[in-house]
Amino acid sequence: MTAIPPPGGKKLGLVIDLDTCVGCHACAVNCKEWNTSGHSAPLPDFDAYQAKPQGVWFNRVHSYEAGEGNDSRTVYFPRSCLHCEEPACVTVCPTGASYKRAEDGIVLVNPDTCIGCKLCSWACPYGAREFDEDAGVMKKCTLCIDRIYNTNIPEEDRVPACVATCPAQARHFGDLGDPNSAVSRLVAEREGYDLMPELGYKPVNKYLPPRERPRYAAPAEPAVESVANPFLRWIDRALSR
Amino acid sequence: MTRPSAAAEVIDLSPVVGDEVKYTTCYMCACRCGIKVHLKDGRLRYIEGNRNHPVNKGVLCGKGSAGIMQHYSPARLHKPLLRVGERGAGEFKEIEWDEALNLATEWLGNVRATDPKRLAFFTGRDQSQSLTGWWAKQFGTPNFAAHGGFCSVNMATAGLYSIGGSFWEFGEPDWDRTKYLLMFGVAEDHDSNPIKTGLAKLKARGAKFVSLNPVQTGYSALADEFLAIRPGTDGLFVLALVHELLRTDRIDLEFLASYSNAIWLVINNPGGSDDGLFARDADGKPLAWDRTTEAPVDASTPGIRPAVVGTLTLPDGRRARPVFQLLAERYLDGKYAPDAVAERCGIPAATIRRIATELADVAFNQTIEIDQPWTDTSGRRHEKMIGRPVSMHAMRGISAHSNGFQTCRSIHLLQMLLGAIDTPGSWRYKSPYPKPIPPAAGPVGKGSNPNTMLPGMALGFPQGPQDLLLEDDGTPIRIDKAFTWDAPLAAHGMMHMVIANAWAGDPYKIDTLFMYMANMAWNSSMNPGESMRMLADKDPATGEYRIPHVIYSDAYFSETVPYADLILPDTTYLERWDCISMLDRPIGSPDGPADAIRQPVLAPDRDVRPFQDIVLELGARLQLPGFVKDDGSPAYRDYPDYIANHERTPGIGPLGGWRGTDGTAVGKGAANPDQLARYVDNQCFWRHRLPDEQLYFKHANAAYLRDAHAMGLVPNTNQIVLQLYVEPLQRFRLAAEGHGPVQPPDEKRARVRRYFDPLPIWYAPVEDTAPEQAAWPLHAITQRPSIMYHSWGSQNAWLRQIYDRNHLYMNRRTATALGIAEDDFVWVISRTGRVKGQVRLMEGVNPDTVWTWNAIGKRAGAWNLGADAPESRDGFLLNHVISEFRKEADGMLQSNSDPITGQAAWYDLRVRIEKADTAVADPRYSTLPRPPGLTAPPHLLRFNASEPA
Amino acid sequence: MHPALSVILFTTASGAGYGMLFWLGLLAPLGLLPIAAGFGVTASLLGLALVTFGLMSSTLHLGHPERAWRAMTQWRTSWLSREGVAALIAYMPAVLFPLLWLWQEAAGPLGFISAATAAATVVCTGMIYASLKPIRQWHNPYVLPIYLLASLFSGGACLAGVATFWNAEPWLADASVVLAVVALAAKVAYWRSIDSGVGARTPADATGLGKLGTVRSLDPPNTEENYLLREMGYRIARKHAGRLRVVAMLLGFVAPIVLLPFVPPVAAIAALLGLLVERWLFFAEATHTITLYYGRAT
Repeated sequence: MTAIPPPGGKKLGLVIDLDTCVGCHACAVNCKEWNTSGHSAPLPDFDAYQAKPQGVWFNRVHSYEAGEGNDSRTVYFPRSCLHCEEPACVTVCPTGASYKRAEDGIVLVNPDTCIGCKLCSWACPYGAREFDEDAGVMKKCTLCIDRIYNTNIPEEDRVPACVATCPAQARHFGDLGDPNSAVSRLVAEREGYDLMPELGYKPVNKYLPPRERPRYAAPAEPAVESVANPFLRWIDRALSR
Repeated sequence: MTRPSAAAEVIDLSPVVGDEVKYTTCYMCACRCGIKVHLKDGRLRYIEGNRNHPVNKGVLCGKGSAGIMQHYSPARLHKPLLRVGERGAGEFKEIEWDEALNLATEWLGNVRATDPKRLAFFTGRDQSQSLTGWWAKQFGTPNFAAHGGFCSVNMATAGLYSIGGSFWEFGEPDWDRTKYLLMFGVAEDHDSNPIKTGLAKLKARGAKFVSLNPVQTGYSALADEFLAIRPGTDGLFVLALVHELLRTDRIDLEFLASYSNAIWLVINNPGGSDDGLFARDADGKPLAWDRTTEAPVDASTPGIRPAVVGTLTLPDGRRARPVFQLLAERYLDGKYAPDAVAERCGIPAATIRRIATELADVAFNQTIEIDQPWTDTSGRRHEKMIGRPVSMHAMRGISAHSNGFQTCRSIHLLQMLLGAIDTPGSWRYKSPYPKPIPPAAGPVGKGSNPNTMLPGMALGFPQGPQDLLLEDDGTPIRIDKAFTWDAPLAAHGMMHMVIANAWAGDPYKIDTLFMYMANMAWNSSMNPGESMRMLADKDPATGEYRIPHVIYSDAYFSETVPYADLILPDTTYLERWDCISMLDRPIGSPDGPADAIRQPVLAPDRDVRPFQDIVLELGARLQLPGFVKDDGSPAYRDYPDYIANHERTPGIGPLGGWRGTDGTAVGKGAANPDQLARYVDNQCFWRHRLPDEQLYFKHANAAYLRDAHAMGLVPNTNQIVLQLYVEPLQRFRLAAEGHGPVQPPDEKRARVRRYFDPLPIWYAPVEDTAPEQAAWPLHAITQRPSIMYHSWGSQNAWLRQIYDRNHLYMNRRTATALGIAEDDFVWVISRTGRVKGQVRLMEGVNPDTVWTWNAIGKRAGAWNLGADAPESRDGFLLNHVISEFRKEADGMLQSNSDPITGQAAWYDLRVRIEKADTAVADPRYSTLPRPPGLTAPPHLLRFNASEPA
Repeated sequence: MHPALSVILFTTASGAGYGMLFWLGLLAPLGLLPIAAGFGVTASLLGLALVTFGLMSSTLHLGHPERAWRAMTQWRTSWLSREGVAALIAYMPAVLFPLLWLWQEAAGPLGFISAATAAATVVCTGMIYASLKPIRQWHNPYVLPIYLLASLFSGGACLAGVATFWNAEPWLADASVVLAVVALAAKVAYWRSIDSGVGARTPADATGLGKLGTVRSLDPPNTEENYLLREMGYRIARKHAGRLRVVAMLLGFVAPIVLLPFVPPVAAIAALLGLLVERWLFFAEATHTITLYYGRAT
């Protein structure tokens, strides 16, 4: 059903911390291995061992440089579905296979009813959807819907695989619709932002910007003075062993 | 407005993950994280980090998460292979294990019965050196090592000779408390997950993280301050910091006096045979000068008022000066001032001064106090633990240079001056360290006789020239010439010299080269083209291969397979028992010892055997002492039997947990046959948490040393005195100056005199002083990508989608000035060769440095990848332009290594860049054929645990 | 954007087909077209053939053509669904109309309905593209009008081409010329609009990292291509685009303008071929914001 559900349910999503992401691709690969089974499995890999290896991934980690020369920063940037509040990928879908859940806001593709027209992937500005050429349907991040409510795994593990695995604590999961949730407070504290908000999709996932690096003025303060003849001091130093 | 769709999806919100869970240890890199493996229908379903494991605490990096593809790789070998064509042609036939082991036994038996040292046994990236090293000892060959000489021996040795621990495996920053971290030469590994988790903690609490690296990637991206230092100049930067701290007297002299050899007296007798050695009493104890009695006294005496500066006269008339005096004199010299080093390092002098100020401010004005009394080895009780919360970490960026040992020593010097060794918030030892300095006896190699074991382990820690492995006529005992005047402190061996020396018969010809997990015909080699040629080369006089027998064990079809005569296929890490032992490369933490095992998660589906089982079996077949019982039957059934029941010394075995017949002994105790079951029950690891009183100052913490001794971690309860001044180096120097019975050959005296400085020095990497510098204006280095570990990673179906080729990264400004644009194909030209690569421009790189990701480039056909896989078509190895030899100014060929430890000096490489006409990869080697047992892999992979792939 | 042949064929063929059905349904009841039933049937058949060929072509583009019927269900929100519904609805009058050609009282209203549903379908198709915000060259005010104009012009040319065989008055051909001129002018204005870079974003915009400075890709997340780059990363070089624009203009508009007064059938064929090129360019010159994340400009 491609109408967008009315607001009121939870807004589950991710917060990605660009200040601590080291670009290790753990999130991307762990997602790939988690999704060898479950909702969208199997994910294909074409030319897996040959000349043009490429497959369907739900999360990909870019790396950028921002700025020039000594001011340049290297920033690692994981990109996956933002589970937008007003996702065009849902409204453009002609069959209703692409839909947004009312109860938690997760955007999903039903692989049994998708006709593989690819329009939703055109509509998504963030490249969150990748087409499985082998199965003929569109696939995307499910926010690990098969983990977050899964009574067959320990409660502390009921978070998306990418969040559980991230070694740098760069990924957080929770209800962005609850201003008191840990993720919402994190976003407020760190000035988390939307990607391309002017497009109006109202992404739920937020990105925490890299913290500014301190700038050091040319030393106006005098350098710490030398100790005149430090050897004299050290001779007299009352040390005890 | 909302109507339910007729196609509303029914989702299983609680699918069962798998039908079986097993815990084990990852082996996608050297981090050894604990993993929880889910299986379904006997196939791998999901691998996640184990929340309870001390190393990773539940996280798992990209490599570990790709374990499924690593295990099901089509590059896996299937059965023992015997070469049938020429070496390098890759023609093999499958044989049974019996035949393979008979053949190996025959070759090895012949070697042992004639001249055991003609076996060179090198175990690459393997982490079971305590077994393989012992096997080599019992066999009787000194020619054993793993890959450390190729990798990071500089860093390890510098630490072990200075502070009784080292960066990476034997120590780490106090992640929970440190306020300032200075990191040198680390891209993104060593270690992997603990550093990531640790950095996240630092950022969360606002601690400052400064990273020095020529390239801004990986951890450097997170740094609060990034300094694009010129490769090989870190030591200069550090000594400038030392200069600043001394100049402004912002040092912890109390710490130095109590815990280091700062107060030890050094004989001043130029020309004499005791010049530069410690003054010692009749019992050999180093002396200090007590200001109270104005007399020399045993430096460990409590309650004295030691002199730190001055020139003192000993009762016997000899003059001596405290170590600190020598140190201060040297580093206060203007040549170490920030202004003098700034240009060389590429870091402004003001920045160096500021960082010195910051370090001192954090160390001395932002101390941490923990209300925890503790007693030091002098019997003094301290009411609190005072922390200097400055920490440091360093790895290959400083190690892989010909000045790496002294550079790393200078970092330890800096730590000691700041009083920042094993205090709250500073760098801390990881159990079982600290160990005495140095941690073990010298290497053993003399006395290699037919059918005789060596009296000691092949690798060790020389204390002076008498420990060198030289025959009486000065001939090197080892094939790699480790522990000779070329590399006296080569504590990890020199894997990179083996093939070249064996080919040349210099110092002697060998019979068998036995390699494990070492891709020495490709990326584990400098100048792989030469290595390949040498392995396949025949002596024209005899028509025989110059290296008569090559045995190779690996799990995968690597580039080295075609160059072996006999292939013994290994299991993957999920198919075997293993132990991550404190006798080996431990996973202890600063809070206490720990070790771990691997258990088979799956049974092998092909005719392969775990390498360690093979080692034990060969040991039994060869009747090596310790590997057979008195009646000649095998002492161990298999590796797990060895792990649980072997005692290297009484009460000390591979694993420290659940020892004793009742399983309650910690660290030391009788073998417990049930031990592995206890580990499996505990998710395959053991840890022991030290009491709070023992957590810091371990080098002088009486309670810690007492318990560590009881656990078998240290040989006695003596204080481990930190060594600012490393006396063994001076002994080598004295030999070079003409003293003592073992002296270097004349042509090497100058070199030893120069480099074997007992206090850290900085010298330009040797390559930088070679002639015609202007022809090679750029530094060329590599970094390890986060997603790959040597050549294992890029064969992985998932990981290779992230990187299946590598580029040559250049500074944008530098490239533009050379007329080179993004995506241009260029030649990277060094003194010894050239290789083609495609350019990518970046900002965050030292302007005089180019770099690439290592180990992505592959040889066509290897690893069962398609013949036109980008790894071989577009990827390139910088190794091709590095030689294991370097021509000295006098024309002599010298190993391209650190002169002290023999560490392969990778990052000394100097190159120039020229545009290339074509994009065709160069060099390019012939496509390797698929060995028997391997089949063409599918093009389409749809991995689903419920269906066959 | 990757110019998928099936989609290009679909939009060009169905555009012309619906254009034909529009003009047929509108003008025939007004007596402005040949009254022969043969003409009505032939023109309808041709129009329907073009439409059907186009629709089948687009169905082949699907991953699961057998599920295509589902595409009728989400017309409340989806332009693609609306297009499907409209197309389905448009068949009925379009088929009935020629059958009742001679029954004036019924044919008339049916014709107008046919014209309206045909136009509605074209609008839906155009809106599929025009509504996509991530693609600035599609989310452009010129896109829908040009799509309509192209449909009307090419449909008119085709209809005029058929009408030639019934000795029709030249005025449809002349009207098509006018439409072609207007369409060409609109196309030129469109190209100027997208060339000006209006709506263009940078990697800094896409990542939100602009505060740190110019943002450039350092390493992509995958060193080979992937679906995103193949589907949405295809971009023709300016130089080649320029040449193809000339081809599209000459073949698709100038040639018909010149030929319509003389040989409408040839003009129609030229128009269709030229519009294929124009449509191919419409994809090839379109950039998607995902490429920003891969470090490219839009």
